[in-house]
Amino acid sequence: MANMLSVRNLRIGATVYPPGEAPKDIEIVHGVSFDLERGKVLGLIGESGAGKSTIGLSALAYGRGGVRITGGEVLLDGEDLLKADKKGIRQIRGARVCYVAQSAAAAFNPAHKLGDQVIEATLEHGLMTREEARARALYLFNILGLPDPDNFGDRYPHQVSGGQLQRAMTAMALCSNPELIVFDEPTTALDVTTQIDVLAAIKNAIEETDTAALYITHDLAVVAQISDDIMVLRNGETVEYGPVQQIIEAPQEDYTKALISVRQTKQREARDQSQALLSVNNVSASYGNGFKVLHDISLHVPRGQTLAVVGESGSGKSTLARVITGLLPPTDGSITFADEDLPAQHKKRTRDQMRRIQLIYQMADTAMNPRQTVGQIIGRSLTFYFGLRGRKKKERVQELLDEIEMGSGFYDRYPAELSGGQKQRVAIARALAAEPELILCDEPTSALDPLVAEGILDLLMRLQAETKVSYLFITHDIAIVRAIADSVAVMLQGRLVDFGPRSSVLSPPFDDYTDLLLKSVPEMELGWLEKVLATRRMESAGN
Amino acid sequence: MRLREIPITAWIGIIGILLAFGCAIFAPLLAPYGEREIVGDVWLAADAHFLLGTDNLGRDLLSRLIYGARTTLFVALAASVLSFSIGIFLSFTAAVSRGIIDQGLSRFNDLMMSIPTLIFALVVLAVLPQNLWILIAVMAVLDSTRVYRLGRAVALDVAVMEFVEAAKLRGEGKMWIIFREILPNTLSPLLAEFGLRFAFSILFLSTLSFLGLGIQPPAADWGGMVKDNKDGIIFGISAALIPGGAIATLAICVNMVVDWLLKRTSSLKGGRGDG
Repeated sequence: MANMLSVRNLRIGATVYPPGEAPKDIEIVHGVSFDLERGKVLGLIGESGAGKSTIGLSALAYGRGGVRITGGEVLLDGEDLLKADKKGIRQIRGARVCYVAQSAAAAFNPAHKLGDQVIEATLEHGLMTREEARARALYLFNILGLPDPDNFGDRYPHQVSGGQLQRAMTAMALCSNPELIVFDEPTTALDVTTQIDVLAAIKNAIEETDTAALYITHDLAVVAQISDDIMVLRNGETVEYGPVQQIIEAPQEDYTKALISVRQTKQREARDQSQALLSVNNVSASYGNGFKVLHDISLHVPRGQTLAVVGESGSGKSTLARVITGLLPPTDGSITFADEDLPAQHKKRTRDQMRRIQLIYQMADTAMNPRQTVGQIIGRSLTFYFGLRGRKKKERVQELLDEIEMGSGFYDRYPAELSGGQKQRVAIARALAAEPELILCDEPTSALDPLVAEGILDLLMRLQAETKVSYLFITHDIAIVRAIADSVAVMLQGRLVDFGPRSSVLSPPFDDYTDLLLKSVPEMELGWLEKVLATRRMESAGN
Repeated sequence: MRLREIPITAWIGIIGILLAFGCAIFAPLLAPYGEREIVGDVWLAADAHFLLGTDNLGRDLLSRLIYGARTTLFVALAASVLSFSIGIFLSFTAAVSRGIIDQGLSRFNDLMMSIPTLIFALVVLAVLPQNLWILIAVMAVLDSTRVYRLGRAVALDVAVMEFVEAAKLRGEGKMWIIFREILPNTLSPLLAEFGLRFAFSILFLSTLSFLGLGIQPPAADWGGMVKDNKDGIIFGISAALIPGGAIATLAICVNMVVDWLLKRTSSLKGGRGDG
């Protein structure tokens, strides 16, 4: 069968404006080629900056701000989109090629009903009458497994959940019966338990409608469930391109092998429970409006060990960290640290109490003052807590920089000049500078690429071995829990569902929710999705 | 920083401002005649002796313009700097403290803003002794209410960022948070506002002088000169337009420089890229 989409030697350039220098042109995609048949799915995978979204958008002959396609061909049924004029492109976009964005919540207009937005592009192109389009939307809502499909279109975006919105956006893309859909990380922003439903819905819809798709993601396990072919990209170049089976089971390139082995993170031996360093006793907390976010939480962090707090977004795990730091005083309960009661409000704590508990944020970008250099950021804790100044301070900062494997060349750099992983390392060094006994880590790796995240985790583990620091590690990723935790706390809607040593929480018999969470984590295995769905069906039939 | 990177508009602004400051500093050397010296007939046209003609009392207009730059620039600059110091300090304190301090300061600020500036200034200046420092202080306090509004808005924006939270959790005091964490990240909008406020200060001073409450005669100041010569306009004599033009030119020059500074600070290394 003839290729529906052929991309030949695609080159994409952009103009960058480095501060203090003249603008210059750089090439961000260096000659990428691939083919896609009707009804097939090609997975584009790579780290951030690999150019995968840029390549995906080129199938719509579109370049994001400042980006332009400088060479090559994008052939849709033999017609080169790059040579088409504006009018020709408009007829293709939204009709023959559609796009599903990562954040459906930001992509829908909150002032219009979902149903109207789903059929809008189809009507705009005059492909169907309003009645036909509505019938088509209804059919799509059905095959995407949306609840109450008859009335779903009458709802507004804020009335449905994130996972439902993402499916609604898929319906919008499928509505005009396109030949090709570009999915740009459609499940990245979703919780694992939601992701699995959306993945199944997308896969089902693609099969039902016989549409071809480009599926962009950074998660190899996800793409393995849905694609026929996989292309691994790095720095705008193809690393490896082949059928899904070959890529997953017999990868040729070292980079692909690294990507696959990251998912199979080594399990660390869980240690015997040591004495508690921090105890949270029957803590409840609510926001100013009286909305209760934490219900009667009791747990403890063992000294020199790691407690992982797992849960979906909205489960209250970050709020728990805020309560421990004293930013949000609890309404009930108490917190004990090293056998001392901690004052509820951070303002009432002594400087030494503050020093002993440090926090690492999810977004290192916003956690560091962009107008301070790395040296100032790390050095401030040294001056503030230990009164170090001048050369002594500088020497200690250098030591800390060595400790986080960054070297002294970074002393005078600003955060904007660092990569995401480097920023997170500096944040770790800042916490370390205070010589704390407990570090609260609020999803420190979830914004990072898998290989970079693995480096950060290794660093944290090494530091724990060296300094005997305890971690309270907040995450939604079960793989990380397996890799680093000694004990585990599972949270759901502000309540503690399960708490104990890792060996008892992550092995049968499971708590129901823990079980669901464990089973929803995509595995690097072909046919995993089908297997999970089949088990689910059996279970629901059994009930 | 290379000189050739400065855009042409900024150069024009810089030259204009330097010219005005040069006049102010070297007034006795530059001015052909004395500030208060009556040298000729009333409202003489421009000629070789009097390059811009003479004013309503027969004083040389050019000399008075040069001397006037002194008072005008000094008072406007002093008032702007003072109003920014007051406004930024109070607004940042409010934004960092929140709660009752924020409420108290903000409502008091609203109260001050609800009184028309000019009337407030007229009343206060009429009661207090006529004195340069009092004039500066009154202008600064009135202007600081506007700075407070902007300062609180931009500081609130930054105060909720995680790096400020991190500083609070470190146990840092308010002064550190205000001056080290927040201020460097709010410079761009504040600089832009400074340029505007400086220009407004010149205009406000001119207004006050025009009404007889600003700089007292016979000292020269640009606003006062407009007032002195306004009657000439009826007779087709343009003497009032010259100091008026000087005020307008300086205001434009200041804003051209500020526009450039704004672009520069927002693209600074480590900037947040806003602006």
